[in-house]
Parts: sequence; structure tokens; C-alpha cells
Amino acid sequence: MVIQQAEVQQAVSRPRGRWWTFAGRRVRRLLISLWVLVTASFLMIQLVPGDPVRAALGTNAPPDLVASRRAQLGLDDPLLEQYLRYLGNLFTGDLGESILTQLPVADTIVQRLLGTLSLAVPAFLLTFAIAIPVGVAMAVATRRGRRRRAELSFVGTSIVLSSIPEFVVSVALVAVVAVNLGILPAAGRDGIGSFVLPVLALSIGPAAVMSRIVRVEMLAVLDADYVRTARSKRLSSLRINLRHALPNAVTATLTLSGIMFAAMVAGTVLVENVFAWPGLGSTIVSSIRSRDYPLVQGSVLVYGAIALLANTLVDVAVAALDPRSTIGDS
Amino acid sequence: MRRHWPQVLRTPVGIVGIALLTILLLLAVLAPLLWGDRATATDTGDILSGPSSQHWAGTDDLGRDIFFRTLVATRLSIVLTLLATALGVGLGLLLGLAPLLLPRRLGRIMVAFLNVLLGFPSLLMVLFLAVILGVSTSSAVLAIGVAIASPFARLVHTLGAGIAERDYVAAARISGVNPVRVIVRHVLPNVAEPLVVNATVTASSVLLAFGGLSFLGIGVQPPQYDWGRLMQDGLGSIYTNPLAALLPGIAFVVTGLAFNLTGEAAAGTFGAKSRSRSRWTSPAAPVTVRPSGSGDEEHARVADVLDVRDLHVSFPGPEGPISPVRGVSLTLRTGEAVGVVGESGSGKSMTALAVAQLLEEPGRVTAERLTFCETDLQAGARSDHDALLGTSLAVVFQDPMSSLNPVMRIGSQLVEAARRHQGLTRQEASDRAVDRLRAVHLADPERRARQHPHEFSGGMRQRTMIAMGLMGTPRLIVADEPTTALDMTVQRQVLDLLQETRRDHGTAILLISHDVSVVSSVCDRVLVMYAGRIVEDLPSADLRTKARHPYTRALIGAVPDMATDLDAPLTTIPGQPVDPRNVPDGCAYAARCPLATERCRQDDPVLVADAIGSVACWHADVALDVRIEEEAR
Repeated sequence: MVIQQAEVQQAVSRPRGRWWTFAGRRVRRLLISLWVLVTASFLMIQLVPGDPVRAALGTNAPPDLVASRRAQLGLDDPLLEQYLRYLGNLFTGDLGESILTQLPVADTIVQRLLGTLSLAVPAFLLTFAIAIPVGVAMAVATRRGRRRRAELSFVGTSIVLSSIPEFVVSVALVAVVAVNLGILPAAGRDGIGSFVLPVLALSIGPAAVMSRIVRVEMLAVLDADYVRTARSKRLSSLRINLRHALPNAVTATLTLSGIMFAAMVAGTVLVENVFAWPGLGSTIVSSIRSRDYPLVQGSVLVYGAIALLANTLVDVAVAALDPRSTIGDS
Repeated sequence: MRRHWPQVLRTPVGIVGIALLTILLLLAVLAPLLWGDRATATDTGDILSGPSSQHWAGTDDLGRDIFFRTLVATRLSIVLTLLATALGVGLGLLLGLAPLLLPRRLGRIMVAFLNVLLGFPSLLMVLFLAVILGVSTSSAVLAIGVAIASPFARLVHTLGAGIAERDYVAAARISGVNPVRVIVRHVLPNVAEPLVVNATVTASSVLLAFGGLSFLGIGVQPPQYDWGRLMQDGLGSIYTNPLAALLPGIAFVVTGLAFNLTGEAAAGTFGAKSRSRSRWTSPAAPVTVRPSGSGDEEHARVADVLDVRDLHVSFPGPEGPISPVRGVSLTLRTGEAVGVVGESGSGKSMTALAVAQLLEEPGRVTAERLTFCETDLQAGARSDHDALLGTSLAVVFQDPMSSLNPVMRIGSQLVEAARRHQGLTRQEASDRAVDRLRAVHLADPERRARQHPHEFSGGMRQRTMIAMGLMGTPRLIVADEPTTALDMTVQRQVLDLLQETRRDHGTAILLISHDVSVVSSVCDRVLVMYAGRIVEDLPSADLRTKARHPYTRALIGAVPDMATDLDAPLTTIPGQPVDPRNVPDGCAYAARCPLATERCRQDDPVLVADAIGSVACWHADVALDVRIEEEAR
């Protein structure tokens, strides 16, 4: 009894405090991760075998041009000095200049990033818009061994869909919808119609995976005691499924959404390539091919930061939404 | 692990997966030998052509046959996949196990570092490494291997740490066994299964990552070609010959499926141990249904809250239905408290769920009569009775910790039934909720109503459950082991609250418990259940003195009271409860009964009523005599 009271006391007083501790720990990890990312992207240029400027400008470039570019990039200074300057420039939003075009990297990235996000964000929303209703409906329909055939075909379809990589989906969509049917444009950004195929290509696989996760979570929740309590109150099945079961089922799903969003942003690299989409993905690939290292460096930094921020935000948000604060120790 | 693989082959998914993998491996070995020449033969007179009888999938910009190029590319695609996977898995094992071997601090730093790496999508890692290592096939293998190492290491570490904390591993370590040996002998064998499954799934993602890199032009470099490269080449001519890009794409899908299906099947088989929920899965003996009439009085009382006659609950089994409840009859009058006692598996909870109309598919409830407040619950659809049951029948479950919805406020959980069935407005309902929380003696009910269940103790939650029932005007509370999970003091409070409810509102109570002392302290009458039947029905005042069924007597013997010799071992009932899948022919209790005779083993006794109560035993009279003799001794 005494112990129990103590527990209650803790349970009553801790949630807020626990959430702050958790959020604090997450932010600390975010800061450390960002530092690792920044340092890694700085070291990237140093680690490139040979002379990066020579590699970028080609073997035929005149030596004095290479030398002046090296001086411009500060590559001849001591490492520590370069590192500190790099950090300082970051805080002022200066990511350096492209070796090839001489344009500020930051400008190029901001412009291209919007293109990428205009694919990733709708795809992210579409994934949940598909996965949650489908997962919930399948869970309710196939509960307790009912409709075995529907269950098997759902799981089978979802495994097949999730086995297909984005770039294959993209090519298949282009071949069928754009080339064969000729309904939508095959490439480029030109009006709403041009968004349809890339967004679909990005979200089909994740939606298949997510809907399976939602279904499994939902099945577990539907067998929980508190759902039986809800049934004992003779509520409508709509209310039981949506008000009592669903919020408990999606907390786990939302936890994964940070990782999913990060993966989706990375997935845009391939999809943009297929659809010749003016985004960060096509920028990073072409700059890797042309060895425009400052541009690669900036793109890696931005991609990494997006992934880290998405993960942290989702974790902290889920912890705030979930009154049980169960994530506490993770 | 080995013993599980044949199981993988027994599922259709596994068979398809393994068959696909075998075909791919054969192709990888044979295709370059058989068709290597045809795949590289150029034909400048026939470039970028569509499918024809000569070239099934058309030709590329040098007039090479795309179909054969796709087949031949199998080898490089698979070899590179396996190389990168092996590299990643090896690195992952090293990185994941190292924290277990390193000094504590260093280990923790490493785990933290792994966590940081995990924050980055693997494609980004691959691109980053590809920049440093330069654009070539071997650097792509290296990059992908390193990129998949961190998630794999994390898995190895999580699983390994779980095992390393176990007693026998700790014992081995303390007794001075070399830590590396501890890992190899004790940790690795125990985590091998999930790791193999995960490696299979990892291989599929490596295949796609590699394909992606080649597709972007930073993986395999010409003149070598894999599927990704072929797809990129084909993309340029997608308007003239879509098959050139689609065929390698199909190869990706088939190979990815082969790995995924095998992994799924293996995971299913490996996981089956913990996942199987075996309820009523074994063969069932045919059940002879025999109404056990408690033909004591005429059922003419109008005031009956609950009237159940010959209730059966059955579940489908592979060899016919299994019946955990086999013909239970009971009546409850207004304000009456009836207890149902029995061991676990006696069917008492099933009876409660059936009465409350909460038994779910595939369970089936049949009864000669099942009326609640003069309404036949078997008539019409279940939802027809929602309003009646929602306001007049309250249910309190065993585990207060899980009976309330963790993400909903207490207040919302109280008001919803009242709003639906009684048509109260939001304000009226919430006022009533606060009032009801006060009625179950919760201090500061306004604040409590705004809280979530995790802020409540077990006893408070159970009182909340009762308050939830009191939102309407309950005629009956079905309480299924309401106090089992609570400690003694809180148990008393909850039982008192039930008594109070009964006194104030004339609510009947059906109290299910395995604890005879709980039941006899609250109830007027006690029903003793065994193997899905009521074997004795008697006033609880008479329980200790006039119980005649040997099972009832054994249950009473199993309850320690103040007179129990504390040094003597607790009395337990010898033998095992009856398995509902296999109910014997005669009296179900015969196998455990000290009085059992040949008759008991052949004929099933029916419940016979007399002045004391009802009992189903051929030796009801003897039983009482023996008891008296025992007491005289």
C-alpha cells in the first residue's frame, strides 16, 4: 500500500518533468549528431584522395588557376584554421562557392531544397492518408481469424509493393502512365499534374509498409482490456475503433514517421533523377559526378540536418502526445 | 537454427522465396557462361530497336540484346549484393559486440556513436562515402557495406546486451571465462536466429541500394553492367522501348521479393514460438449437452434481474466445438449478490462474459433462456440491446491497470456511454461524471476527471470502473475478479463499494472470483463451478458448514483462515482441472474426488435441489457425513 501510494505520487508528479528530461536528452543528442555531421562534411573534402580542386577542374586546367582556387577555398591553411573558419561561416549561412559555377552554394541549395520538399512533404502526408485507413480497415475486417483470404492477399500485396524500390516504381509509372496512356508528363516540373507520379512513386512503398504496421498495432489494441471496457459500454463500433483503439495504435506508428520522412527525403534523390526534377537530389548526384565538392558538402549537410531534425521532432512530439510518456528510457 | 529451416520450406511463402532464390543463384552462375557472348555482341545495324522475335526486349544504343544483358547482369548484381552484405554484417557484428567487450565507459560511447549514425538515412551515408572513396564499383561495395553496418550493429548490440544480462552469462563472466569466449559460446548462439533473418532482409535492401547507386551513375562503371546500370541506360529510350528500362526493374523486384519472402517466412517460423496464441486448438471430445435444471422453485418472480437457463459457450476447434461452459443456469433478483467460485478454467469468466454479451467471435453463446430486465437478449441483433445494456448493466474487469483507455481522460471515458444511451448533453454528462467519481469516494473528483488513467492507482481505477457503471442506473454489476490484482486493504475498499452500491441502488451483483473468502463476505448465494457446470449452489452463510460437493469442500479447505495452522503447508486440491477440450464421460470431478466410485465415472450427476441448496454429486449425503466425521476426529 505504502509502495503503491509512492508510485501514484510519482505518476502524478512526474509526467511533465519526465517529458522535459526526455526532450532535453533528445536535444542534446541532436546537437551532438549535428556536430558529427558538420565535422564529417568538413573532413569529406580533406579525405578526398588527391587534390580536390585538380580533380574538379580536370587534368588540363592551368596550374595557376588550380592554385588560385585552392587559395580561394583556403585549402592551403592549417587544418584547424580551416575547420574554425568552416564553423564560423556555417553560422553566417555561408556554405562557400561552387568550384565549377562560382555561385554561392547556399543559394543553390535553398532553391533546390524547395523542389525536394515539394515532393517529400506531400508524399509523407499521402503515405499516412493511405496507410492509416487501410491498416485500420484491414485490422477490423480480418480480426480474430476472420476473412483469411483478404488477410493473405493484403499481406502479400504489401510485401510485393514494399519490395519494389522507388526508382523502379518511378520507371514503371513513367512507362505505363506517361508513355503508354500519355495522361501525365513523364518528366520535369510543370503544373500540378507533374507532381502526381513522383509523389506516388515516393509513397507507394512506405504506405505498404506502414499499413501493415498500423494493422498489426491495431490488432493488438483491439484485443486490449480497455477496448473490451469500451464494448461493455455498448458504444458504436465506429467510436470503439476510431476513438478508443486508433489513437493507441498510431502512437507506435508515429514514432516511425521521423525515420520514414528522413528515408523519404533520401528517396527523392532517386526519384528526382528519373523525373528530371529540379531538386536537391539531382544536384547532389550531378555534383558528385562532376566533383564539385563544396556543393556536395553543402547538400550532405542539409540532407543530414533534415533527417536529424525530423527524427528529434517526431520523438519529442510523440512523447508529448502520449500521456503515458512511455518513451522515457529509450 | 538448422532445425527451423525445413519449417521455412513448409510455408507457401517460404517455398516461393527459396525457389526464387535458387533460380537466381543458378542464373548468376550459368547466365554469363551460356549467354555472355550474345549479351556483348554489338549490331550497329539494329540499335535502339523495340522488342522483336530476334531480340525479345529490344536492343540498346550499340545494338546489344537487352534481354540477355539483363540475364547476364544477374551475376554481377547478386555478387555485389552478397559482397556488400557480408561486409556490412561482419562489420556490424564487430561494432555491435565490441561494446560488450570494451570497458564500460568506452562501450557506452560506442553505443552513443552508433545511435548518432543511425540518425542518418543509409542512402546519405552511401553518397557521403562514395564521395570520399571515389566513384567506382569497389568503393560502392565499401560504401554500402559501411552504411548498413550501423543498423545491423545496433541490432546485434540490443540482442546481445539482452543475453549478456542473463544470469548464466553473468555467471560465466564472473567465474573468469574469457569475455571473447563468453560471446562466442553464450551470446552469439542465442542471437543467431534473428540475425540470420535480419541479414536476409538486409541483403534485399543492399540489392536495391546498389541498384540505386548504379542507376545514378555512381555505382558500377561501364563497361561493367548490373541491373541498375541497365535501367539507367534504358530510361533514355523509354518512349521508344519501355521494356529496356522495365526488364531490369522486374529483375530487381523478383530478386527483392526472393530475399524478402525468405526473410518473412523465416521470421514467421522463428517467431512462431512466441506468436502462437493457442486457444482451443486441440481435438475436442464430443460434448453431450444435457440441461442441468435447477428445478428448485418456479421461475415466476417478475423481479428477476437476470434469468439464465442452460447457457452454453463454445469455440470452434479443429475437431469439433469446444465448450468451456456447458449448461449453466442462474437467476439474480434485484439487489441480490451471487458469487461464482471455481479454479481457473472452470468457465466462470466465460459465463460472466456471456451473460454480459461481451463474448467475441468465434465464441458462440447459446441458451434456453437469457433474459436481462425482462428483455430477451437472444432476440434481435446484439446492437438492439445497446441502450438497455449500456445503462443497466455494468462490468468490472480483473485488471484495473489495463481496463481504462490510457490515452483518454477519465472524464471522457465516463461520459461517453451516458451521452450515447441517455442523451445527456456534454455539460450534464460531465457534471454527472464528477458526481459519480465523488460517489465512489475519489477525493477531488473535478481534478481527477481531467486526469489520465496512469495518474491513478489500481484501487482508484477499479473504483472508476464502478463509477463508470454508475453513470446509468445499473440493475446488475458483473464483476469478474475485481479485487484479484489489488492488495488486501484496497480489496476491502472495493468490495465495500460494491456492497454500498447494492444497498443504495438495489443493484444485483454477479461476483466472479477464485477466492472463496471474497465471495462469501459479499454474496448471499454462492455458485460453485467446475468444468463448465455449476456443481453446487448454496447460501454463503452455509458454505463452511453445509457444503456437500467434495469440490466445494476442497475449495473451502484451500482457504486459510484464522484457525489455520500456520506451520502446516497450505491445502491444495490434488490433481489437475479438467481440460475443456477433453471432458470425461461421468462426473467431471471424479478423477480428483476422494469419494469417486464406478458410478461417478460413468454417469454424470445432475444438479438436484433440496432444502439447503442444489448439488450435483452422487455422494452428496456421504460427503456431509465424512465431513462431520473428520471434524469429530
